Amino acid sequence: MKIQTFGRVSQLDIVVCVKHVPETAEAELKIDASGKDIEKAGLVFDINEWDDYALEEAVRIKEKFGGTVTAITIGAEDSDSTLRKCLARGADKAIRLTDPKFAGSDAYAIAKILHSVIKNLHYDLILTGMQAGDDGYAMVGPILAEMLGIPHTTMAKKIELETGMAKINRELEGGLEEQLEIKLPALISVQTGINEPRYVSIMGIRKAMQKEIKVMTLADTGLSEANVGETGSWLKIEKLYVPPAEKQAEFLKGTPEEIAAKIAEILKARGLI
Amino acid sequence: MPEIFVLAEHRQGQIRDVTYEMLTKARETAEKANMELTAVILGKEVKEKAKALSEYARKVLVVEDAKLENFNSDAYQKVLISLIKEYKPTLTLIGHTSYGIELAPRLAAALNIPLATDCIDLTLEGDTLTVIRQMYGGKVNAKAAIRKAESYMVTVRQAAFTAQKPATPINGEIIEKPSPLTEEIITKRFIQYILPPPGGVDITAAEKLVGIGRGIKDQSNIPIVEDFAKTIGAVLACSRPIVDKGWLPSDRQVGSSGKTVKPKLYIAVGISGAFQHVLGMKNSDLIIAINKDPNAPIFSFADYGAVEDLFKIVPSLKNKIYEMKGQKA
Repeated sequence: MKIQTFGRVSQLDIVVCVKHVPETAEAELKIDASGKDIEKAGLVFDINEWDDYALEEAVRIKEKFGGTVTAITIGAEDSDSTLRKCLARGADKAIRLTDPKFAGSDAYAIAKILHSVIKNLHYDLILTGMQAGDDGYAMVGPILAEMLGIPHTTMAKKIELETGMAKINRELEGGLEEQLEIKLPALISVQTGINEPRYVSIMGIRKAMQKEIKVMTLADTGLSEANVGETGSWLKIEKLYVPPAEKQAEFLKGTPEEIAAKIAEILKARGLI
Repeated sequence: MPEIFVLAEHRQGQIRDVTYEMLTKARETAEKANMELTAVILGKEVKEKAKALSEYARKVLVVEDAKLENFNSDAYQKVLISLIKEYKPTLTLIGHTSYGIELAPRLAAALNIPLATDCIDLTLEGDTLTVIRQMYGGKVNAKAAIRKAESYMVTVRQAAFTAQKPATPINGEIIEKPSPLTEEIITKRFIQYILPPPGGVDITAAEKLVGIGRGIKDQSNIPIVEDFAKTIGAVLACSRPIVDKGWLPSDRQVGSSGKTVKPKLYIAVGISGAFQHVLGMKNSDLIIAINKDPNAPIFSFADYGAVEDLFKIVPSLKNKIYEMKGQKA
């Protein structure tokens, strides 16, 4: 448990921003016919890895100090599976923002949409992943904090709550960390490894199926169409392509045994065994 | 003359490499676009460092303030807003580092300047900016156009560009600017640096490393690879997810947030090769990668690749090595 208390911390209302993304670390990706996206068919979608840690951290804080956890996402109806996971883990409420006009939104437009809803919620803490595994912008959190006018920090590896403030260890490069103190309410984006996300019990998932997911559209946000989608974004993707190789590995072919023999020969020839 | 700003990044008295990488790319961009290159450095006592930057840039803006002793994005934001409003640079480059990630998005939003993050290339033609950035853990590159604006901001990936000193130092003008910080920043306060715990294993000293990644699937599978590593006298290392899951201690982590290694042999087992990992091992003498995905980025850095299930290759490889050693004996 990485959350520790010093002063008396009263219960906190926490909002967690999550994203439903394809799992691509182990998958073979293909660029689709539009040339601007990958083929999504056949990919497994789940909660963004960084958001998973953010959600876990939120639930741990709630368990320790009391309060509520609200999960919020922007995405199509299939994002419900990610919200159900959040509810099963211990989130109390879930909000999904869905509108065809949101398509093409970059991190800036996403921050505006989140802001339009979160500004009307009560929160002491907003948690989110430091980036998403699909587009990797690493910018929604800090932009959202600027729009809400609250302090923020990113890449948190440890969060300790004290009265009216949080002590954060954030990741720097090369194994170094820095410790900061920020005033609450605040937005904190978390780095992977901050905790160990729990497995969800079957009971939990069953219970979560009964919980309501609040669905909102562009009309509910009070934003104009020009504020969202491609027109409301800073970035427009023109095309995707496979990265050119710096060098290309010589591929060893054959059965696993043959490949293993070839690797062994290479090691021997280089005097490595 | 329109100009390009490069924000110098420094920590514990050292200018960080990404600064010179950005200055190199910015100089090339500025020359093509007929612009001026300006380095910006904020800190407590940084005039000496400004001198080093002046070898690369026509102008170095220096803001000194005790409140800027340690990096604080709120303090940086206030200073940079005042500098960017005064000089109106066409483009501002910031490193896509822990500091840049903390600073740039909020600064861009406050200034209402479009920002592209984690870019590996950028082209400024007239007033049009296009960037290249990676998606899906480096498996795909995206070419993106930035919304037209008078001023742009880009965060640049570490090691995306190779730093190169100008053939003759530019000896740019060093201009001291007054700090606009009137009071202490109380919303966010730096407390201290926390060093990594003294580790048991020094992977940077190992001649041979076998690195494991997500492909290992479960902690209980680690001995399969570890046994093989032992047969060739290699030390077990890993990519970030393995440490995040608590399967190996952080002193085994190779990559930008872990260790940089340069062994005689690096065998990457079930590692896709996200840039953060590659940054830590790409200079190894011999790299062999085993991964099921033929398009895994790791194969662009490896000397030899095997597109196969690691659970089929690794045990077989261990046996082969035993056989060979048997023959030798």
